Parts: sequence; C-alpha cells; structure tokens
Amino acid sequence: MNPVLKLLIEGSNLTVGQMAEVAGMTESDVNQHLEQLKKEKIFLGWRPVLDLSREAAAAVAVRAVIEVKITPERGGGFNRLADRISRFDEVESCYLMSGAYDLLVFVKGPSLQRVAAFVSEKLSTVDGVISTSTHFMLRSYKEQGFLLNGGEVQNTRLNVAP
Amino acid sequence: MSKDQKQWVAGHVAALPKSGIRDFFELVAKLKGQDVISLGVGEPDFVTPWHIRESAIFALERGKTYYTSNLGLIELRRAINAYVEEHFNVSYRPDDQVLVTVGVSEALDLAFRAFCNPGDKVLYHQPCYVSYHPSIALVHAQGIAVPTYAKDNFALTAEALSAAWQPGAKILMLNLPCNPTGGTCSREQLEKIAAFCREKDLLVLSDEIYSELTFDGTHTSIASLPGMAERTIFLHGFSKAFAMTGWRIGYACGPASLIDAMMKVHQYSMMCASIIAQEAAIEALQRGWDNVLKMREQYHRRRDLIVRRFNEIGLTCHQPRGSFYAFPNITSSGLSEKEFSINLIDKEKVAVVPGTAFGANGAGHVRACFATAYDQLIEACDRIERFVHAKR
Repeated sequence: MNPVLKLLIEGSNLTVGQMAEVAGMTESDVNQHLEQLKKEKIFLGWRPVLDLSREAAAAVAVRAVIEVKITPERGGGFNRLADRISRFDEVESCYLMSGAYDLLVFVKGPSLQRVAAFVSEKLSTVDGVISTSTHFMLRSYKEQGFLLNGGEVQNTRLNVAP
Repeated sequence: MSKDQKQWVAGHVAALPKSGIRDFFELVAKLKGQDVISLGVGEPDFVTPWHIRESAIFALERGKTYYTSNLGLIELRRAINAYVEEHFNVSYRPDDQVLVTVGVSEALDLAFRAFCNPGDKVLYHQPCYVSYHPSIALVHAQGIAVPTYAKDNFALTAEALSAAWQPGAKILMLNLPCNPTGGTCSREQLEKIAAFCREKDLLVLSDEIYSELTFDGTHTSIASLPGMAERTIFLHGFSKAFAMTGWRIGYACGPASLIDAMMKVHQYSMMCASIIAQEAAIEALQRGWDNVLKMREQYHRRRDLIVRRFNEIGLTCHQPRGSFYAFPNITSSGLSEKEFSINLIDKEKVAVVPGTAFGANGAGHVRACFATAYDQLIEACDRIERFVHAKR
C-alpha cells in the first residue's frame, strides 16, 4: 500500500516533513504520493476535529441525524436521490443504510429552526422522499476517534526507568 | 538513638551498587517543568488498550477482590498455555507447569531464590537489564558476565559463552530480545547455545518479555528447541507487548518440579498476583493480539527512523532486531557515555541512559528508547544532531 496512505489511515497527524522522516523518504516523495492520492480521489482533503463547546465565541451549531426513507428508482437505485440530498450545504454526511430506513443524513445548522426548516422545506419535499425522522444531537462524547471529555490523563510515565 | 543505623543493613545489601539509572533519574527529575524529551524510559508510550482496562473494571464490579490460587487463576494459566503454545511452540500443563507472578521481575527473583545455593555461578550476557546482577548477588550467588558486541548486533554467541564459562556454572540467564541493546539470537545461534547448555548441564532462565516486539525474522524461544524445555524456565509477561507495565503481571513456565520450587517461595512471600491484573491479563491474551500487532508496527517504523538518524548523525548504531531500544555508539562525539548523557540533558533537554548503567560492557553506548510519539522522536533526533555537531 502507498506508505503515505498508511500514515493517513492511522490518523497520526504528521506534517509532510514528519511523514517523510517516518516513512524514510524525501518531502517531495511524500508530496508526490499525496498528489497521486488526490488524483485517484482517495485523499479528499484535510478537516480539523474541533470541540467547539469549549469555545464561547464560536457560533452555536445545531446538529441532527435524519433517517430518510426514499423510493429507489429503476436503473439508478438510491444513488441519484442520495447524491441530490448530499449536495445541500447543510448536509455534512450521508450514508445508505440497511434496515428500517434508507439514508442516514447528518445535518448542521445555526439554529433548531433553521435545521427544522431545511428538513421540512428542502429534504422532505424532494421527489421520491417518503418520510423523514429527525433526531437532534444533545451532546457529543467522541468525535472521529477523539474523546471530548478529557480522555486519557496526561502521560505520567517516569522520565527515566530501567 | 543508635550511633549508626546503617549497621543494621545486611552486608550483601549494603554492598549492592546504586543503580546507574537511579542517578540519572534524579538528574532528570531536577528539570521538571522544562521541555524535556525523554528517551530514557523503559516502557511503552501506549496506554493499556481500553478493552483490557474495561475488563478489569468489570471484574471489580463483579466483586473479584479475593486472593487467587498461589499459582494464579486457572483460567489465566490455561490462556497462558494456549498463547505460549501458539506463539512460542512449546506447551505447558496449566495445572502444575505455569506460575503467575507479579511481573517478570518477581518470577526472576523467585527463580534465583529457588535454584541458587550460596556461591553458585550464574552466567548472564551483558549489557543487560539492570536487575540481573543485583538479583544474583542478593541470593549470595556469583554472577559471570558474558560480553555481547555491537559487531554481532549484540546477539549472544556460543563462542563468548564458552569463553566465559567456568567449572561449576549452574545457570544461564537469557534476555532475548535484550534490554538495553535490542540484540537477539537467530535460531541457528540459539541452537548452538542450547547445545552448550546441554553439554554443560546448565539450567536456563529465559526472560522473553520483548519477544513480541521482534521486527526482523521470527522470534525463537530456546524452550522450544529439542531437549531444552526440561531445563528451561520460560519467563514472560504483559508489560511490553500489551502495554501493561503498571499492572505488574507476568508468568513462569517450566518443569513441574522447578515451578513447584518457585511456587514455594512465591506462596510465602507474594501469595498471589493481584486478581484484577490477572483478570485483565486473561482479556489481553484472548482478545489483545490485534493491538499488539498495531503497536509493533509503530515501534518498527520508529526503530527504522531513529537508527537511520543516529547513523546519519555519525553515531554508529546497529539494527536492534527487537525491543524498543536503540543502543548507539557515541564514542565519535569524543565523550564518554556518562558525559554524553549528562551534557545532552543539560544542553538539549533530551534524556538517554548511559550504557554503563547496564554493565561495564555498555561503555561507549547510550540507550535510547523509541517508544515515543513520532513528532517527539523527530525533535529528539534533531536536538541530538545539533548537540553532536556542536561538539565537533
């Protein structure tokens, strides 16, 4: 496997220079690998993982998870509708699911009203959407692998040990 | 008030030298709060995987707070046998050939106490873990250091062993892969050592605590070689591979009569290992292997990084085949290992351990533990490079 992709999968949060050291190659090699991964649409971009509940100045965002039932189309299945829904800026993620509903849609908005309006005006009115069931998120405990409330205590290893 | 309280300390304890590591620990402790990067540790930087910690919590919730059998929980001994059979190719009866101990350190102490008469001779390769020689001295036995060399990647050779051997030698202590050198033996080298042990009728104590962290080739246990299980105490534990140092849990496997002798000492001193740690150990053996492999992969890459950097900097460093220690030769800096370590912590705030803390044969080397996050490791290498170049 592409060694740079391996490091990205591990989420080890390294600069290009550090990746070069770890993988034992030059920085320009790492950049070439990154470019190649972008070209192949494997590496889509960087996103920070933030806990904005700790930042008073950050605009409060309301997040919701919406279960959406849709009618599959002949020839296209769920893909065309899923793609159409995914293109809204409010939609953070969209997944096709097995089970009682078809799409699981993660939505973000500046207020409860705005998210509710998005669901009622945009999402549920899309042709082919049969029903929606909206769950507002109350609190986050873990984001993309990061524990939000402390997690591990600071490293308490002794500095020198046998 | 007594004139001198030291008079009460036993002579052989008073005669034990202070650990070279301890001195260095004090030195680094003075720099508390400063931006120190420590490569002086002897443990993983990973916290114990959550599923193992959670199983200990669950055991507490179910009221598992009692003594266990002196030998350890039978479920754990069964799991140990299954694990050892799978990974080391040697089998032990859970009923009477496996003893659960408070870390390998206790197992080692039990072995020396159970097998050494005063004056008995114990061979051990050196540089080595700091406690081997003192543990031998504490049972009034005589330690004989067998040197290992950088030219052999610090593997113990049968030639060196044969040269150091003395009439009356009873025990050979092995630690492969080795702390502090990362040296280990190939199967062929081990076979020669095993033949020597059979010829000289030596009992082998084999501390294989770093065996899962073998990066090149596969680890062979001397206990698995023909005719060796009957004269080998296999010592292992959870500290390194499963990142469980603070749990203090290890084990010894061997012939029933020898395990029984160790058990005698254990039952009158320790009684049993902590039941919580034993419960956690069961979980580690049954479901912990994926994490061991993940951690090993990280150590492997870090080893490649630090060894490459040391050699680029001009500190000749052999490739440690296992463990998480690099043991570079620092003589090109013009400093002794002690001066190098003290000046490095002073000038660049990087802690390494002078090689002589692991015996006289560690002269000219320092131990650098690479169980540290990439960014810290890279920064430490940059600082060492600056330090070495300023010296030239």
